[in-house]
Amino acid sequence: MSRSLIQATGLSVHFPIGSGLFVKQLLKAVDNVSIEIEKGSFFGLVGESGSGKTTLGRALLNAVPISSGTAHYDDGEVAYDLQELDGAELKDYRTRAQLIFQDPYAALSPRMTVRDIIAEPLEVMGLTKGRAETDERVREIAARCRLNLEHLRRFPHAFSGGQRQRISIARALVSGPKFVVADESVAALDVSIQADVLNLLKQLQDELGLTFMFISHDLSVVAHTCDHVAVMYLGRLIETAPTRKLFEAPRHPYTKALFSAIPSLDPDDDKTAQKLAGEIPSPTDQPPGCKFQTRCPHAIDICKAEEPALQTEDGHDVACHRWKELMSLVPA
Amino acid sequence: MTPLIEVESLTLQFRTDEGLITAVEDVSFTLMKGEVMGLVGESGSGKSVTAKSLMHLNARNAVYSPESRITLHTDTGPVDVLSLRTPRELNVVRGGAISMIFQEPMASFAPAITIGKQMVEQLLLHSDMSKGTAKSVSIEMLDRVGISDAARRFDQYAFELSGGMRQRAMIAMALSTNPSLLIADEPTTALDVTIQAQVIDLMKDLVSEFGMGIIFITHDLGVVAQTADRVNVMYLGRLVEEGPVREVIRNPRHPYTQGLIAALPKLEDLDAPLTPVPGDIPSPLERPAGCVFNTRCSQVVGEECMALVPTNCRLDETHSVACHIYREAAE
Repeated sequence: MSRSLIQATGLSVHFPIGSGLFVKQLLKAVDNVSIEIEKGSFFGLVGESGSGKTTLGRALLNAVPISSGTAHYDDGEVAYDLQELDGAELKDYRTRAQLIFQDPYAALSPRMTVRDIIAEPLEVMGLTKGRAETDERVREIAARCRLNLEHLRRFPHAFSGGQRQRISIARALVSGPKFVVADESVAALDVSIQADVLNLLKQLQDELGLTFMFISHDLSVVAHTCDHVAVMYLGRLIETAPTRKLFEAPRHPYTKALFSAIPSLDPDDDKTAQKLAGEIPSPTDQPPGCKFQTRCPHAIDICKAEEPALQTEDGHDVACHRWKELMSLVPA
Repeated sequence: MTPLIEVESLTLQFRTDEGLITAVEDVSFTLMKGEVMGLVGESGSGKSVTAKSLMHLNARNAVYSPESRITLHTDTGPVDVLSLRTPRELNVVRGGAISMIFQEPMASFAPAITIGKQMVEQLLLHSDMSKGTAKSVSIEMLDRVGISDAARRFDQYAFELSGGMRQRAMIAMALSTNPSLLIADEPTTALDVTIQAQVIDLMKDLVSEFGMGIIFITHDLGVVAQTADRVNVMYLGRLVEEGPVREVIRNPRHPYTQGLIAALPKLEDLDAPLTPVPGDIPSPLERPAGCVFNTRCSQVVGEECMALVPTNCRLDETHSVACHIYREAAE
């Protein structure tokens, strides 16, 4: 039995856009990404808007077509090659891989009761025989998400943001998935509630043996919940490492800049040293060489000419021509 | 320092089908000239409604209590904001002496009118500039907030600008009328963290350059720590703690403020467990009696928390808190 639940190699997702008369441009949302997600891990994926993190998550759920490369899923019971899934296998994969959305206000139908919202996946996928069994499964998962019988009879509008997100979680988990992609699942919540939902996700992971891919732009949240983190920029994977290694000694200049951009709670902490200028380039108009060179304070000629490959050292991968040199120059 | 705007006993309710809903209750504060005040609280705490009251901008079904008073000090004397009625009078607080930056810059610009035209329009409305002057002032402001190639951007539409750029244009537009008070409602929430850092730096620069007062509304205590001089913490329509930013963040006194800070994931200590504030903010239709925080408070001291609304206790000259824990200490 392999240790990894998901193994993606050279995965790309390209969208054709704005068909001119002769030229069809390609939007490279995810380009040549290789990642491995271990069973039972909480895998964090960070990056700015437009970095391709959501598209990567969706590709692994088979919700957007994979353009090239491979993604292998193996949970010990079944093994699938995601780029070739169809028919009954795809249907089965849908019960094993699920998504929790960002906005709990938009994700729940206002016309359905909470019970019906949570039961819908079971009915659509035909996973239960009869209403009694459906009700039992709904009640069980609702209880795990701290929703009681009284809650199940009500409509979403009667709930607060935190409660709604617990309903979304119950709906995602009711089919008994092994792999769950949580896409910015706490971003819309207030801090006081956010911690509660994060603790619940961790607890469910333990109890149900889930593997999470946790997509977020909030590094402090990722640092506290994930055991492995991957950083994306403009469709590329630029750095990946166990959380502690990454946060103790980030190697990529972009990761370092991300860290220093987090507003500190200490009013006297003036982190102006590594502020990034400019913005992420458009994915349809990507710079040559390293994708980060337009904003990188350390870019030299080779960065403009050649795209760096991912280099591994001590289980910590980074795609930067100068990382070693920079680590010795600038103490992290 | 002279006061810029004084809010006294502001109480605001909305008339709805389900009855009167209290959004803001007995809120008082004073903002000095050139001061940056952070207004913090979770969704539903009434921070945006409070800010909009300063411009008399709340929906038609808003009912202000008779004791509510908002006084804006302008060069031509004090203005009683809540007594303004006609559009001409209201112009003073809507884009004249007070400007506002909203959270979602895409939604705040009209999509079918160029950025430049919108900037010029408000300058013509609020000053006696000619069209030509208004245009050059606008381009100058766009340049000042760090938009490269400002003359070209002036003729572009909001959709042609990136998120960070749009927020800069929004700031340029808000500042071009030279307001004495700027209200920024979650101006960086929709932005990426690297862009947020740029916008925060920009706003800091502008404060020292233009010297206007700023009310910075946010739910992010980190952003407040980096921008504000003073913080007001709101919960369910009430001001629960008020003080200098260092004091409130390093030495929070209200159980809610303490809870907010404890709930923040901290990068310095990855092993620290995340501690949520238990429970959810109650619906405004079910406001608790006594202290509004009593349904989630872990430090309830006794019957008075359930029955009596805590009064404001001054801990020292600048730091005050509305909580029964500190009542005896203050007496």
